[in-house]
Amino acid sequence: MDIQFFIELFFGGLTRGSIYALIALGYTLVYGIIELINFAHGEIYMLGAFTALLVAGVLGVYGFPVGGILIVAALAAVIWCAAYGYTLEKVAYKPLRGAPRLSPLISAIGMSIFLQNYVLLAQTSDFVPFPRLLPEMEFLEYVNYVMGPSDFLILLVSTLAMVSLSLFIRYTRMGKAMRATAQNRKMALLLGINADRIISLTFIIGSGLAALGGVLIASHMGQVNFGIGFLAGLKAFTAAVLGGIGSIPGAMVGGLVLGLAESFTTGYFSGNYEDILAFGILILILIFRPDGILGKAKVQKV
Amino acid sequence: MRRILKAVLTAIWFMALTLPVMGIKLNTLDQTVQWRFDRILWLGAGVFALAVIWDWCFSRKARGLPLLRLPKGWGAGLRNLSGRPHLKTGGLAILTLFMLVMPLTSSFYQTNIMISALLYVMLALGLNIVVGLAGQLVLGYVAFYAVGAYAYGLLYQFLGWGFWACLPVGGILAVLFGLALGFPVLRLRGDYLAIVTLGFGEIVRLALQNWTSLTGGPRGISDIPRPGFFGLEMDINASTTYVYYLVLAAVVITIIMISRLKNSRVGLALQALREDEIACEAMGIDITRVKLSAFALGSCWAGFAGVIFAAKTTYINPSSFTFMESAMILSMVVLGGMGSIAGVVIAAMILILAPEYLRAFSEYRMLIFGAIMVIMMIFRPQGLISGERRRYRISALHGAHNGGRA
Amino acid sequence: MKKGMTWLAAMAFCVTLTAPALAAESLKIGVQGAHSGDLASYGVPSLNAAKLVVDEANAKGGVLGQKVEVIAQDDQCKPEMATNAATKLISDKVAVVIGPICSGPTKAALPLFQEANLISVSPTATTPGLTEDGKNPLFFRTVANDNAQARLTSDFMLNKLKAKKIAYLHDNGDYGKGFADNNRVLMEKGGAETVLFEAVTPDAVDFSAVVRKLRRAKPDIVVFGGYQPVASKLIQQMRRDRLTTPFIGPDGVKDETFLKMTGKDSEGVYASYPKDTSTLPEYKKAREAHVKAYGSEPGFGYYNAYAAAQCLLAAIEKTGGTDTAKLKEALRANPVETPLGKLSFNEKGDAAGMALSIYQVKNGKFVELDHSITLQ
Repeated sequence: MDIQFFIELFFGGLTRGSIYALIALGYTLVYGIIELINFAHGEIYMLGAFTALLVAGVLGVYGFPVGGILIVAALAAVIWCAAYGYTLEKVAYKPLRGAPRLSPLISAIGMSIFLQNYVLLAQTSDFVPFPRLLPEMEFLEYVNYVMGPSDFLILLVSTLAMVSLSLFIRYTRMGKAMRATAQNRKMALLLGINADRIISLTFIIGSGLAALGGVLIASHMGQVNFGIGFLAGLKAFTAAVLGGIGSIPGAMVGGLVLGLAESFTTGYFSGNYEDILAFGILILILIFRPDGILGKAKVQKV
Repeated sequence: MRRILKAVLTAIWFMALTLPVMGIKLNTLDQTVQWRFDRILWLGAGVFALAVIWDWCFSRKARGLPLLRLPKGWGAGLRNLSGRPHLKTGGLAILTLFMLVMPLTSSFYQTNIMISALLYVMLALGLNIVVGLAGQLVLGYVAFYAVGAYAYGLLYQFLGWGFWACLPVGGILAVLFGLALGFPVLRLRGDYLAIVTLGFGEIVRLALQNWTSLTGGPRGISDIPRPGFFGLEMDINASTTYVYYLVLAAVVITIIMISRLKNSRVGLALQALREDEIACEAMGIDITRVKLSAFALGSCWAGFAGVIFAAKTTYINPSSFTFMESAMILSMVVLGGMGSIAGVVIAAMILILAPEYLRAFSEYRMLIFGAIMVIMMIFRPQGLISGERRRYRISALHGAHNGGRA
Repeated sequence: MKKGMTWLAAMAFCVTLTAPALAAESLKIGVQGAHSGDLASYGVPSLNAAKLVVDEANAKGGVLGQKVEVIAQDDQCKPEMATNAATKLISDKVAVVIGPICSGPTKAALPLFQEANLISVSPTATTPGLTEDGKNPLFFRTVANDNAQARLTSDFMLNKLKAKKIAYLHDNGDYGKGFADNNRVLMEKGGAETVLFEAVTPDAVDFSAVVRKLRRAKPDIVVFGGYQPVASKLIQQMRRDRLTTPFIGPDGVKDETFLKMTGKDSEGVYASYPKDTSTLPEYKKAREAHVKAYGSEPGFGYYNAYAAAQCLLAAIEKTGGTDTAKLKEALRANPVETPLGKLSFNEKGDAAGMALSIYQVKNGKFVELDHSITLQ
C-alpha cells in the first residue's frame, strides 16, 4: 500500500513538474539571452489558457468536430501567445536595453499587472469552465490510479516540447545563434548575428511553450481565471532558479524536482505548506546556490 | 507620413493580437458567442493614437529633447518663480494650513480617505529609502507592513497593550524582520534580491494565514481599538480626526527624517550604493552596514504604518498584505521618482486619491498602475520629479564663493 | 530648485479633490460591496437587487412620500477599502445600509456603522461571530450563518449518512475554513473521527497529491469548505482518480457553474443551501425583474439582497421614519414576505423564518432532499 501511495504521489509530482518545467523554459531562455526576469511570463501562460478557451468555445458553437477542437485551440493559443510575447518584448523591454538592470524588471512587473487586469476587464473575474475535449484513453485504465488522460497528455506533450526545443537549440542555425548570443552578445553581433531577431525569437519560443502549458493545465483542471498566472509563474520561476537559470536542462530538472517536492510534501506532511515550501526553496537556493543545480557559477564583471 | 503608416500597421497588429480576448465574449452556460468587433475597432483607434504619440515621444527621446516643451519664456519664468524663497515658504505655509484645517472643514469621509492616502505616502517614502536611495529593489515590502499591523493586533489581543505601547514595538519588530531578511541577501544582485524579497513577503503572508492558533488565520483579528488620547472617550468623528493628525504628524516626521537622511553620511552612502556597488565598495564604504541600514530604515516606516493601519481599520487579515499591495507601493515610488521625496508624496496622493474621487476610473485602477510602471520606466525613469542630489563644488577650484547648492 | 512649484501643484490637486459634494433631498439607502475587481461577481448581484427593489418602490411613489435613492460604495471586498466605503456612506447620511458583502470587510465596517448608529443588513456575510458575539446590535443579515449550515450538514452526515470517518478540506479562506472548523467540532462531538484536515492551495496547477492522500485516509465522506471553483477542481481530480467518496459542501458550492464545470463528475455531491423557494410569488417577481432589467439569471446573493432591501423598506414604512431604535424593533417584530420566505430577525440579528436544506446533484441538477432546518 505504501509503495502504491509513493508511486501515486510520484506521478502527481511528475504532472505538476512537467508543467512547471514547460513554463520555466520561457524564463530560462529569456534570462539566458538578456538576463531579464520576464515577470510577465506567467501572464502569458494565463493568456494561453484563455485564448484556447475562447477559440474552443467559438469552434464548439459553430459545430467544429470535437476531436479537432483541442488541437486547433492549442495551436491558436500558441500562435497568439507567441505574438503576445513578441509584442511584450517590443513594447516593454526593447526600449529599455542598456537601461539600469532594475528598469526592465520594474517594467516587467508593470506588464504582469497590466495583462492580468486586461483579461479581467475584457473578459471576466469569474472562473470559467474549460470545455472537456480530451478523449477517454482506454489503455490508461490499468494505471488509472496514477494517471488520467490529462496527466498522460501533459507528460507526453511536455516531453516532446522539451526534446524538440533541445534539438532545435543544439542543431539548427537559429538555435546556434541563440546559444552564441547567450554566451556573448557582443561577440555574436560581430559575427553577424542579429541580436534583436534572436531576442524576439526567444520570446516567441518561450511564450509558445507557456501557452502550451496553459492549455494543458486548463484542460487538466477544467477551469480558467485571470489570476492563475501569478502563482504558476512564480513556481515556474522557482523551478528555473532551482535548476540553474539560463540552463535549459536545468529548467527541466528544476521543474521536476519542485513538482515532486511539492507532491511529497502534501502527501506526507500537509497541503498547508505546499507554497511555503516552494518559496522557501526559492529563497534558500538564491541565497546559498544562486546558480542552481545545473547552472555554472558566474563571475561578476566590473 | 511614414509615421502614420507605421501607426496604422501597429494598430492592425494590436487589433489582431487582442482579437480573441477582447473580441470574443463567450457565454459558457448557454453556449453562445458574442462578437465584440466594436471593442476591437475602438482599441484599434486608441492604439493608432497611442502609436503616433509613442513614436513622437521616442523621436524626442532619441534627440535628447524633453517630452514637453514649455512655451518660450515660461521655463525661465517658472524657474525664476520657484527660485524665490518667499514663494516657496508661502506655498508651503498654505499647504500646511490646508492640511491642518482639512479634517475640520471637510466631511468625515474626506478625512478618512486622506488618512489612507497619507498612510500610503508613509509607506511609499519608506520604500523609497530602500528602492529609491539605496537602489535595492524590494518586492516584499508589504511583509513589514503586515508585521507592524499584526504586532499591534496580537499584542492587543493577548496582552491588552494599547496603541502607543505598540507603535514603537511594531517599528522595532519590523526592523528586526528587515534585518533578518537583510543579512542573508547581502550578497545578492539586484534582480535576485527582488525575487527573494518577493518570496519573503509571500512566506510572511502564508505564515499569517496558516498559523491559526496565533494569528487567527484567515479569520484575522477584529475589534482592534483606535488610538487613545490620555484615556479620553472619543466618538467616531473625533477619533478619525485624531488619527488624521497622528498620520499627518507621522508623515511630516518621515519627510523631515528622510530629507535629513538623504544628505547625511548614511544617505550619501546609500546613493553611492545605488549608483555602483563595486565602486562604492572600492571607495571604502562598508556595504554590509549600508545595506542593512537601508533595510532597517525602510522596514521601520512600514512597521509604523502597519500599526497605524491596524488602528485605523480596526480589523486585519492576511488578504490585506498581498503582493499586489507591494506592487502598488512600488509603482508610487516609480511614478514619483526614485529618491525624490516630493515626487513620491505627490505620486502616492494621486494614485490613492484619484480612484477614490473618480469612481468611474476605479475599475481601471490596477490596469493603470501596471501601465504607469512600464511607461515611466521607458520615458521617464527618473519619475515625475527626479530626486535631485546635492552637489558639492570645491571652492578652491572655483573661486572664493558659492560653495553650496547648485 | 523646483520644490516650491511642486508643493503648489500638490496643494492645488488636493483642493480640487476635496470640493464638497452636493446633497439632495431623498431617502438614501447605502449599498456596500465588491462592485469591481476580482470579487465583483459576488457583489454586483446585490447591488442590482437593491436597485430593482428601490425602482419598484419609487414606481409606487416612493417610501413615506420620499423618493428612494441607492448610494453604492465599492469596497472590492478588501477590509482597508471597506472602512473608506463605510465612512463615505456615513458622511453621505444614508438611512440604512445593505451590505457589506464579504465577512472581512463587514468586520472592518461594523464598528463604524455602530458608532454612527446606522443599521446594516448584509445579504451574504456568513461569519457567525458577526451576530453571535453580541457586539453589533445594529447588524442584521438575510443569510444563514456558517454555524447554522454546519448544524445542518453535520446532523445530516451523522444521522442520515451515518458517517464515522470524516476528511475535511478547505481553501484556507475565512469562509471555507470556518465551515470546515465548525463541522469538525460538531462531528467530533457526535462521535465521528477526523481522518484528515487540510488546506488546499486554490491556485495550484494540480490537486492529485491531496486527492491521493484522501484516498489513503479512507473517509466515509469529504467535507469541503470553500467556493465552487476549488470544489469543482477537487471533484474532477477525485473522479479522475476513481475516488467515489461522497462530497459535501456549503452554499458556496451550489452554483450552476459548478454543475457546468464538473459535468457528470458532480453526480451525488451534497450541498447545503436555503430551502427552495422558487415557487413563492416574491421569488418569481424578483427573478423576472432581474431578467427584464439585465437580461440574465440573477447571480450570487441576489435574492438575499432583494430580501434585505424589502425588509429595510418595509421597516422604514412601518415606523414612519428612519429612527434607528424603532427600525431595529420593526425589523425584529414584523415578518416580511420576501423571495426567501416570510422573514424577520431574531435577537442577535440573524434571519428567522428562513429554512436550510440539503441538496444533492442528481442527473446534473441540484435536487432538494428531505432534510432541512428552519432558522429561529
